[in-house]
Amino acid sequence: MSEATIRYHDRTWQMRSGMTVRDAMKKLELDPQTVLAVRNKKLVNEETLLEPGDEIRLVNVISGG
Amino acid sequence: MAHVMKCSQCGATAVINMPQHRLKLCAEHLVPWVAKMVQKAIERYELFTPDERILVAVSGGKDSLALWDILEQLGYQTEGLHIHLGIDDEGYSDASLAKTAAFAQERGLLLHVVNVREIYGQSIVEVARGRRGGRTCAVCGLVKRHIMNEMAHEDGYDAIATGHNLDDEAAVLLMNTLHWERRFLSKQGPLLPSIHPRLARKVKPLVLLYERETAAYAIVRGIDYVMQECPYAVGASSIRAKGILNQLERHSPGTKVQFYLGFLRAREDGWLPSDRGLDGSVAACPRCGQPTTADGLCAFCRLWEGVR
Repeated sequence: MSEATIRYHDRTWQMRSGMTVRDAMKKLELDPQTVLAVRNKKLVNEETLLEPGDEIRLVNVISGG
Repeated sequence: MAHVMKCSQCGATAVINMPQHRLKLCAEHLVPWVAKMVQKAIERYELFTPDERILVAVSGGKDSLALWDILEQLGYQTEGLHIHLGIDDEGYSDASLAKTAAFAQERGLLLHVVNVREIYGQSIVEVARGRRGGRTCAVCGLVKRHIMNEMAHEDGYDAIATGHNLDDEAAVLLMNTLHWERRFLSKQGPLLPSIHPRLARKVKPLVLLYERETAAYAIVRGIDYVMQECPYAVGASSIRAKGILNQLERHSPGTKVQFYLGFLRAREDGWLPSDRGLDGSVAACPRCGQPTTADGLCAFCRLWEGVR
């Protein structure tokens, strides 16, 4: 398996390993200011390289109110 | 090849980059840094002291739960207040209560819960629907303010703390400025002093933190918060304003903090009038006793006329 799974809200995407979390955010047209990346319940920075089999959850940080 | 982002303090892998502070932090160093920023806000704006009793308004979202967690870590005297609004869409209110109650129970904290439908007979959605032009968000704000003031007065809390962060404040400031809302501009800030015995002091200890930083804190601390957005906040003007500010921030880090803190300094320096008083003459509402500038019932009691 050479791909990583990216989850955002209820949707999932397969992304090539070796790219960064920031690349994945850009591909999904997400502003890195407005999302954080979580792998195995741990926060990871946007320069983190996607490893084969990784499951990364992107968490929206913007709320209304 | 991507470079490894390192913590500015220890050289371990960083979990967050905060270019506006020229700071990258690992999980271990993020937690005390966030607490330090909260303590700084408490002292800089004279929000409250360790001797005072603080009622923390907790919705179940990342900001309010992070705030309660930080204030506890800093040793302040806190109790929580959760208002169950009766928003059934997508199980929002039930999920919010469940997360808040679990948070309090795990940490042995005292949580007070007020269920709007049980006490007043209708949810905020139902009561807003029954009013001509009643917008759910406006009704929600009115109901929450009333309940918080009532509880703070009856139980003798010194201040009510809310989880408003710098992004919330900057977004409101942008909207208030665009519309030249002079009355709101004269009052907006981290501290709203008590100007009447029935109106509690309101404080916002997270005002020096970006929303991204409180979210990062919540994740690092393992706080299980409600991630779903309030169904009625979708498309809210505050979210659009945040989007615009974040676009500016991306190109010029520090824009949001300069905008908000610059505004507070300008007002301190007398560039804008600072108004902390009530507008017009004030009387006690004949039903609930809270101060009102209206003749007769206050806006909250008028809202529930014919329901109870």
